[in-house]
Amino acid sequence: MATAAKNMDATEALIAAYVAPATEGKWARDARLRALTTLRENGVPVRRDEYWKFTNPARLLEPVKPATILETSEASMFDDIDKLLVVFEDGVLLTDLSDDLTLEGVEIETLASAMSKDIHWVGDIYGALEANGQNPVSRPMAALNTAVATEGLVIRVTGQVTKPIALRYMRSGADTDVMVHTVIKLEEGADLTLLESGPAAARLNSSLEVEVADSAAFHHVRAQGRDHERLAATHMFARLGKESRFKSFTLTVNGALTRNEAVIEFTGDNAFATVSGASAGDGAYHHDDTVFITHDAMNCESRQVFKKVLRNGATGVFQGKILVPAHAQKTDGYQIAQGLLLDDDCTFLAKPELEIYADDVICSHGSTCGAVDETALFYLTSRGVPKSEAQDMLVLAFMDESIQEIEDEVLANAIRNRLGGWMERHRG
Amino acid sequence: MAALEDVVKEGVDAETVEAVQGVAEKYKYGFETEIETEYAPLGLNEDIVRLISGKNDEPEWLLEWRLDAYRRWLQLEEPDWAMVDYPKIDFQDIYYYAKPASMNEKPKSLDEVDPKLLETYAKLGIPLKEQALLAGVEMPEGERKVAVDAVFDSVSVGTTFKEELGKAGVIFCSFSEAVKDHPELVRKYLASVVPISDNYYATLNSAVFSDGSFVYIPEGVKCPMELSTYFRINAENTGQFERTLIIAEKGSKVSYLEGCTAPQRDTNQLHAAVVEIVVMEDADVKYSTVQNWYPGDENGLGGIYNFVTKRADCRGDRAKVMWTQVETGSAVTWKYPSCILRGDDSQGEFYSIAIANNYQQADTGTKMIHLGKRTKSRIVSKGISAGRAQNTYRGLVTMHPRAKNSRNYTQCDSLLIGNKCGAHTVPYIEVKNNSSRVEHEATTSKVDDEQLFYCLQRGVGEEEAVALIVNGFVKEVLQSLPMEFAMEAQKLVAISLEGSVG
Repeated sequence: MATAAKNMDATEALIAAYVAPATEGKWARDARLRALTTLRENGVPVRRDEYWKFTNPARLLEPVKPATILETSEASMFDDIDKLLVVFEDGVLLTDLSDDLTLEGVEIETLASAMSKDIHWVGDIYGALEANGQNPVSRPMAALNTAVATEGLVIRVTGQVTKPIALRYMRSGADTDVMVHTVIKLEEGADLTLLESGPAAARLNSSLEVEVADSAAFHHVRAQGRDHERLAATHMFARLGKESRFKSFTLTVNGALTRNEAVIEFTGDNAFATVSGASAGDGAYHHDDTVFITHDAMNCESRQVFKKVLRNGATGVFQGKILVPAHAQKTDGYQIAQGLLLDDDCTFLAKPELEIYADDVICSHGSTCGAVDETALFYLTSRGVPKSEAQDMLVLAFMDESIQEIEDEVLANAIRNRLGGWMERHRG
Repeated sequence: MAALEDVVKEGVDAETVEAVQGVAEKYKYGFETEIETEYAPLGLNEDIVRLISGKNDEPEWLLEWRLDAYRRWLQLEEPDWAMVDYPKIDFQDIYYYAKPASMNEKPKSLDEVDPKLLETYAKLGIPLKEQALLAGVEMPEGERKVAVDAVFDSVSVGTTFKEELGKAGVIFCSFSEAVKDHPELVRKYLASVVPISDNYYATLNSAVFSDGSFVYIPEGVKCPMELSTYFRINAENTGQFERTLIIAEKGSKVSYLEGCTAPQRDTNQLHAAVVEIVVMEDADVKYSTVQNWYPGDENGLGGIYNFVTKRADCRGDRAKVMWTQVETGSAVTWKYPSCILRGDDSQGEFYSIAIANNYQQADTGTKMIHLGKRTKSRIVSKGISAGRAQNTYRGLVTMHPRAKNSRNYTQCDSLLIGNKCGAHTVPYIEVKNNSSRVEHEATTSKVDDEQLFYCLQRGVGEEEAVALIVNGFVKEVLQSLPMEFAMEAQKLVAISLEGSVG
C-alpha cells in the first residue's frame, strides 16, 4: 500500500538536508536519481501510513539532536572469533584499525571506490533490490539511503570464505547522523558469514542488499549497539536463487528507537531463509521488526522467529508478512512473534500477516504475549534459585528459540552472553 | 484441485464442469416477489433523509440526528484498506427507500399482511404464523418457538409472538415502532455503541436507515423464545439500511438470529446495516447470523455489497456476548462484529465461517477490546476460498493497561480449494499490560490429500468428500450455532463447495 498522504515539504526538506555526493560514475548517478524519484513519489513516512502504525517515524526524520553516549567503549562483540575485521567510525572506514581487505574467495571494495567507476558489477544490485522492495509497501528511508549514502562496502563472494567478515561500527560524536550502504553478491555455490556490531551513530540509516545466487549460502549475525539514546532505521533486502540458504539474526538491546526492516524474495525453487531476532528493552525504548517475505518460487521454506523481552515501559513491535503468489506451490512459511512483559506498563504490538494465493502450501503464524510463567518461577525459587536469577533463566530460555536460528554455535553463544549481560544489568 | 479453466483445458469430467457452471443456479433464494413497490426518488440528499424520516413518522430529534449524520457522511472518505476490489459505488444511483405498496397502511396484525409477502417468507422457510400455536396446538417435539421480525426492503412487515413476549416484559418490534412506542429507550441507546460517524458506512446508515429490529430484555428476564430477524431485499436498485438495537438489562438472557437473502440480479446492490448491542451486568447475548445474500453469478456478475458494522458493548461486570456468523453470500463482504469488554470479568466470543466461491470477496473478522479486568475473549475463524474468491480474516485484539489478568485466544484457519483463489490473514495484536495473555495462531492449508483419499477409497464421491472434510474443518463453529441454524449451515457449506473440486 502506498503512503496515505504525501508529505512533500518534509520530503524536500529531508532531501535538502543531505549533501549530494560529488562526481560519481554513471551507474551510481542513475541509481541515485531512481531512488530520489521513488522517495519523492512516496513521500517521507507519517504515522498514518499503515506500515508505520505502531512506530512513529518522526524522530527518524527530525534534525539529529545530540545524544548522550553512555557506552563510549562499546564492548566489542565476536572477539574470540577468527575473522576479517573492518572498522567504521561514524560510518567512515578506518583502515588503520581494520584488517587488510584481502581474503581468499572474496573481493572487498569500498562503496566510494566502486561508485567512482563508470562500469561496475555492483551497478546491477545497488538500489535495485531496494527498488524491488518498494512494492507493495513503500520504504522511503531506504530510498533516501540509496540516494545519498557514500559509505559502506561492496563485497563479491566467489567461493567458500574461510572466516567471517566482521563489520564493527564505532561512534565518536554525540550528534552523528550516518548512512551506510553495503552490497553483497554471492556467486553460485559461494558461502559467507557476515557479522555486524556496534552503535554506529546517534542516528543510523543502514541498507544491506544481498544477492544470493543459486546454491549459495549467506549467514548474518548482527548485534546492534548498546547505546541507550541511538536511533536506527536499518534495511535488509535479499534476493534468493534456487537452493540457496539465507540466515539473518539480529540482537537489539536498548536503543531509543530501532526499526529493522527485512525484505526477502525467493526467486529460485527449493531455497531456505530465516529472519530472526531477539530484542530486549528497558525504559523508554522502542523496537520494531518489520519483515516482508515473498515466495516467488516453488517449494521454498521461510521462517520468521522474533522474541522480545520488555520492561519499564518499553515497546516491542513486530510486523511480519508472508506473500505467496499462485505459482509458489509447496511453500512452507512459518512466523512466530512473542512478547514477554516483565512489568506492567510495557507494550507489545504485533501484526503477523499472511497473503496466500496458492492452494498447496503450509503457512502458519503464531503470536503470544504475557508475563513470566509464575509456576516456573515458583518451581525454581522453591529449589533455592534466587528470584532474580530464576527470572533471568526463564527469560533466556524464552529468547533462545530465536537464537537457535543461528547455525554456528560459537556465534549463538556470543549472542547468549551479550543477552545474559543485559539481563544482569537490567534486573528489576 | 483445479479451477474451472484448468478442468476444461485438461478435458476432464464434463459432469464436473457442468456442476461448476451450475453453482450460481443453486442459489435457491434468488426469486423475486412481484409486488407493487413504492420508491423514494433516486439518489441521496437532505430531502431524501427528510422523506425517510417522514415516512416513519419520526420525532424532530431523530430527523436532526439523521441530518447530522448525513452532513458528517459528506465529509468522510470511503475506506479502501480492506482487501476487496469493486467498482466505485455511485451513491446517487441507489434508491434509499422502497416499500411494498400494500404496506402503506400498516397492517394491525399478521392476518392483514399482503398474502404475497407472507408467501415470500413461507417460500424462504420463515414461519410468520403464530395463530396455530396461539390456539393451543402442541408443537412437534424438539421444535422451539422462534419470534420473527420480517424486514422486507425498507420496512418491517410484521413481528410474531409480540404478545407472548410482552407478557415476559420483552419488547421485540420493528425499529420504527420502537421510536414511536419507546422513544426514551431508543434515544438513550441509539448510537451509544456505534457512534454516529463511526465509519463511512455506519454514518451512511445513520442518515438513511429505514427500519430494523428493536429488542429490550428487562432485568432478570430470560427471553422465553429465540428472537429472529429476517432481512429480505426484493426491489431492484435499492439499498437496504437497517438498524438493529438490542438492550439486555442486568441478568437477562437472549438468543437472537439473523438471516438475509436477496433475489438474483445482474446488478450489484448495497446493504449497509448497523447492529448495536448493549449488554449490562450478568446479561448474556448470543447473536447468530446466517448471511446468504445473493453472491453474484459464476462470472462475478451481480450480488450484494455487504458493508456492515456490528458491535456489542459489555457495560456491566460479567456481561457475556457471543457472535456466531456463517457467511456464504454477498459479492463483497466488509464486516467485523466486535466486542467492547468494558465490565470486569466480561466475555466476548466470535465464531465465524466465511465461505467465498466464484468471484466473491470477503474481508471479515472481529475486534476484541479488553478494557475491564479479567475479561476473556475467544476468536475462532474459519475461512474457505474456492473458485476465484478472496477471503480475508482481519481482526484486532487489544489489551488496555487497565485490563489486568485478561485472556485472549485466537485461532484462524483458511482453506483453499483450487489455485485461483486467495486466503489472507491480517491480525492486529496490541498488549499494554503484562498480566494478560494473548495467543494467536493461524494456518493456511489445502484439503488434506490423505483425508480425501480415505473418503474416495471408501466410495465417497469427491465432491461429497470435500463437503465432508470441510464440515469437519468448520465443525467447531457450527457447534456453537443454535440447533436450527446448524442444520441449515451444514447444508450451506455443501452447496457453496459443490463443483469446486476439479
